[in-house]
Amino acid sequence: MADLILNAQGIKKSFGGVEVLRGVDLSVYRGDVVAVLGSSGSGKTTLLRCLNFLERADSGTLSFDGESFELAGISKKQIAAIRAKTAFVFQNYNLFANKTALKNVTEGLIVARKTPKKEAEERGMELLSRVGLADKRDQYPHELSGGQQQRVAIARALAADPDIIYFDEPTSALDPELIGEVLSVIRSLAEEGRTMLVVTHEMSFAENVSNRVVFMEDGRILEEAPSSVFFREVKSERIRSFLNMIKKEEEKK
Amino acid sequence: MQWITELYEQNKRVIDVAIQSFPKILIPGLKVTIPLTVLSFSFAMIIAVAVAMIQYSRVPVLRQLCRFYIWVIRGTPLLVQLYLVFFGLPSVGIVLDGFTAAVIVFSINEGAYCAETMRSALEAVPVGQIEAGYCVGMNYFQIMRRIVLPQAFRTAFPPLSNSLIGMVKDTSLAANITVVEMFMATQRIARANYVTLALYIEVALIYLLFSTVLTFIQRRGEKRLSAYAALRKA
Ligand SMILES: Nc1ncnc2c1ncn2[C@@H]1O[C@H](COP(=O)(O)OP(=O)(O)OP(=O)(O)O)[C@@H](O)[C@H]1O
Ligand SMILES: [Mg+2]
Repeated sequence: MADLILNAQGIKKSFGGVEVLRGVDLSVYRGDVVAVLGSSGSGKTTLLRCLNFLERADSGTLSFDGESFELAGISKKQIAAIRAKTAFVFQNYNLFANKTALKNVTEGLIVARKTPKKEAEERGMELLSRVGLADKRDQYPHELSGGQQQRVAIARALAADPDIIYFDEPTSALDPELIGEVLSVIRSLAEEGRTMLVVTHEMSFAENVSNRVVFMEDGRILEEAPSSVFFREVKSERIRSFLNMIKKEEEKK
Repeated sequence: MQWITELYEQNKRVIDVAIQSFPKILIPGLKVTIPLTVLSFSFAMIIAVAVAMIQYSRVPVLRQLCRFYIWVIRGTPLLVQLYLVFFGLPSVGIVLDGFTAAVIVFSINEGAYCAETMRSALEAVPVGQIEAGYCVGMNYFQIMRRIVLPQAFRTAFPPLSNSLIGMVKDTSLAANITVVEMFMATQRIARANYVTLALYIEVALIYLLFSTVLTFIQRRGEKRLSAYAALRKA
């Protein structure tokens, strides 16, 4: 059995009395690329945010890298320890607007991890090259296209060599012609064995890059399957209609 | 050319007074108005940043005190505040000289307005960048210092410059509490020489000169800060 990085049990979260996550169980193994699918409002973003404590879950347990925590009572220190091993890529990039591309990548290393500046910059340049943006090192976010910003954001996520990277619809804010460049970076990460949990509406990505698919509905995981199985043999009516709907939307574009 | 000479002959005395008074007005400007402005505005900025951060970070209790402070200060006239501190406080045993009283009142008064400017500038920094900061391992203070505050200062720079220019002119109110700043100096010369229009125009022009210099500095400052100016686009 591959080694278990993350195991969440019974995650619940309500916003103003409305239960948005209603007991989510999820396991992620090292090297997994898990695609999280589901219709709008099903709780995908909230799940990712709870896993990284951008949102506090109301209850549930999280085992991370062998250590177990009660989500409701977790301390700031424990949160920091878990975050040190994770990274997050946002739908709208969220690059630091007052920092150049390179500084966006090195900021966390230098400020939070006290990496010597020179070493951090070498690492930063290596990662910018990796996402094909070495020549943009001194550009500010507003001087970059959406696709370039997202690639810088991915470089920033890689900076501290995380055990798992969470992606929340990394290509949804992009013009269609820019989606490819970001997806190919994520694909290359999958090929090098990075562990990733990716919320996405890109079915070809889910089918061809991820090894596992999680389908969410109404704050629960309705189906979980290897992607080959999910796309070829799903039986559930609900999932079939979801896939058809996505297909129709893609055809419209 | 003739008419200029005639005009001068007719108004010789007034023009001479105006010319001779120029240094007598400018010197209190440089020695009192400018230090009063610089000191008051510096303290105002310290107050403003502290008050804005307390509110932005939702510090309990202190936050309510800050709201109260802003409510009182913005809701009462500056002139009344000056009178209260300079003429009122001595009756409870606090006697301040005019300049000190003026610095205190201007700092506290301007601090309240600038605090609101700073607070809205802080709140204009997208929350997503703060979350991104947490995700790369930074703590709250690191995020504030390195991500939020620099952007907030950039946003607040033009309105704060506005406040500074406003303050240069407001310092003339200190004339009411015996501070011999530019305007008080002008009034004295005017009374002694029975010349009013020319002298008040003169002092107005000197205020205009000060403001113009500040506006120029503001432009330069904005340019320097504009490296990531297209924040609005993001
Ligand atoms: N901060 C919040 N306050 C109140 N309600 C929220 C908040 N965040 C999310 N919700 C609600 O929780 C539900 C799930 O939202 P979530 O963003 O997790 O869905 P999603 O699956 O990511 O949807 P999408 O595909 O549109 O991104 C929605 O009904 C949403 O309105
Ligand atoms: Mg979402």
